[in-house]
Amino acid sequence: MSVRPVYLDNNATTKVDERVVAAMLPYFTEQFGNPSSMHAFGASVGGAVRDARGKLQRLLGSEFDHEIVFTSGGTESNNAALLSAIEASPGRSEIITTAVEHPAILATCEHLEKTRGIKVHIIGVDARGRLDIGAYRAALSERTALVSIMWANNETGTINPVADLAELAKAAGALFHTDAVQAVGKVPIDLKTTSIDMLSLSGHKLHGPKGIGALYVRRGVRFRSLLKGGHQERGRRAGTENTPGIVGLGVAAEIAHANLAADMSYISGLRDRLEKGLLQRIGKSFVTGDTANRLPNTSNIAFEFIEGEAILLLLNRAGIAASSGSACTSGSLEPSHVLRAMGVPYTAAHGAIRFSFCRDNSAEDVDQVLNAMPGIIERLRELSPFWTEGGAATSTFQPTYA
Amino acid sequence: MWDYSDKVKEYFFEPRNAGVLADANAIGEVGAIACGDALKLMLKVDPATERIEAAKFQTFGCGSAIASSSALTELVIGKTIDEALKLTNADIAEFLGGLPPEKMHCSVMGYEALQAAVANFRGEAWSDDHEEGALICKCFGVDEGMLETAIRVNKLTTLEMVTFYTKAGGSCATCAEGIEAVLARVNAAMVAEGTLDATAAFVAGASTDPSGVIRKPQAGKATNRPVFEISDDFVPLEIFNDEIRAAAPKPKLTTLQKIRLVEEVVAEVRPALQRDGGDCELIDVDGDKVMLRLKGACVNCQLASMTVNGVQQRLMERTGLPLRVVPVQAAAH
Repeated sequence: MSVRPVYLDNNATTKVDERVVAAMLPYFTEQFGNPSSMHAFGASVGGAVRDARGKLQRLLGSEFDHEIVFTSGGTESNNAALLSAIEASPGRSEIITTAVEHPAILATCEHLEKTRGIKVHIIGVDARGRLDIGAYRAALSERTALVSIMWANNETGTINPVADLAELAKAAGALFHTDAVQAVGKVPIDLKTTSIDMLSLSGHKLHGPKGIGALYVRRGVRFRSLLKGGHQERGRRAGTENTPGIVGLGVAAEIAHANLAADMSYISGLRDRLEKGLLQRIGKSFVTGDTANRLPNTSNIAFEFIEGEAILLLLNRAGIAASSGSACTSGSLEPSHVLRAMGVPYTAAHGAIRFSFCRDNSAEDVDQVLNAMPGIIERLRELSPFWTEGGAATSTFQPTYA
Repeated sequence: MWDYSDKVKEYFFEPRNAGVLADANAIGEVGAIACGDALKLMLKVDPATERIEAAKFQTFGCGSAIASSSALTELVIGKTIDEALKLTNADIAEFLGGLPPEKMHCSVMGYEALQAAVANFRGEAWSDDHEEGALICKCFGVDEGMLETAIRVNKLTTLEMVTFYTKAGGSCATCAEGIEAVLARVNAAMVAEGTLDATAAFVAGASTDPSGVIRKPQAGKATNRPVFEISDDFVPLEIFNDEIRAAAPKPKLTTLQKIRLVEEVVAEVRPALQRDGGDCELIDVDGDKVMLRLKGACVNCQLASMTVNGVQQRLMERTGLPLRVVPVQAAAH
């Protein structure tokens, strides 16, 4: 008997929309030309790239289409933004970021700290994942080259007030970058009305293809390219354009832009029903993150006294795909740095499950999770030494940690 | 998703002996700091015969932690305490058809729970000195704690030496950057503590060999395997100490000198093999071929080829000659 598959891991990646695939296909075959070429093969492809740039411009609300630089994805965009800001800000040698950023930011900052003597200020968050604004203000100075703060957190969905944070950075004369990989296509964005200097996005998070993304660089912002060796993207990102990917990202952006409001009210409805249903059915569980201010598609629920990978394996057997902040689901065995930064106790952080929705999900998907989850949690709690007869046993179970 | 064996999946989805054992008289409670997992092992031991009559477990952990715990209970039921204590984490992993390298610590947790339960039964206190850190070498499952210990105890100062002693970096070599970072950190700490001379300490990026620190075998035709496949039995060498290296023989050797050196090396290797119930004997040296007979536990050991490689590598290091170790079958006496 096969189970009906339910995909609730859209913050990890999304299915490419069929309209996106259809638009991309000709650019592998008949429209294979290099946009840089003089001949007709190249010319029409160049037009398609311009078109895609315009679509992305509209989704981001940027003032000019040439503010968009196509890259290979969110990670490249983040690396390019950080390195550029350091190289283009002589006399300024500090970066401010947060404890809950994606590794593409945190690891790059650590690298800059190690290899270029950059001082990195890491701003903490409260128990709901909200940024410590006081610490941020205190860290800003005339030494700050760049502030990099994510628009929305990938694990909890918590949204940062990036427009306000960017104003503060501007007042200090620092550049402001935001990793908006999770936010683009899920919240309204209008960059021309903000002081955000750079923004990273990724195609595969919004039903576009993998291997394509973009970096928004506000007109006039000093930029030093990461990849050298070609005039492409106005010299800002060398290398022959990934034209099928660019065309695909353009269509994905167009669809997201056209349906943003309707999609998000539908998606948040499903999300809220799942969340309420799970909390009603399962005791000793709670939502992590800032429920008043988060992405409409994300729910991160901690089920206490059990471990996330075990939950995921049993969910997987019930056809349900989600993800976990558990140490054991990552190759590094590091527990979620996001939940740790929020001070979530480890017996809860390990059992945190993230459900992330998209427009393809249905009420039936929610019902399937609501039916499967209580049994899974009960079963694992019976196996847990931290749990006895329907209650926590943390006071009696005190293992020796080796 | 992890590449779990069918046995791991079976023992996770349908765990044996899960739950509370009400009349347990030996209880071990341990946790693995690497991932926050915890295990409570409950045994019922017959005080007269010291035979384990029943075993149950409760585990807070991932799929392989639950499977390892369940496998442990299956392995110990029916054994006496002394028999059970002979089990190692490798037995748990083997019972489960292997574990991903990142998950080996789950089997270690099982092993420790058993030790703790036995200590509890005997009224002893149990403490553990096992340290874990981030996994550095995925091929051989070597974590930061193991690297640090090897570097400190043996005063290792190069990536190559770390590979010899721990195997880390000896297969795909993609962890070289990680090993170098640990090496630089630990060496710097040793210099600060006064246990290592500052001029000998490893400094990242200071290598004189920009083509990469892990080299192909210089012996060329003698072997087409990477030289760093070193046996579990491989004994760390003093040869890496600078003064001994400086005194190492020049390649030009007489046949007699060569055979003497080979004999010396074989004599050095034997104690380590004997510790594991094996042994080896030098049969003959013919040109670049060194005929070696493996004995005892070495004969059917899965790691025999690695043992041979280890000895061969050591011979080449010592003599500077492209020697090839040929294992020979036990001859009729």
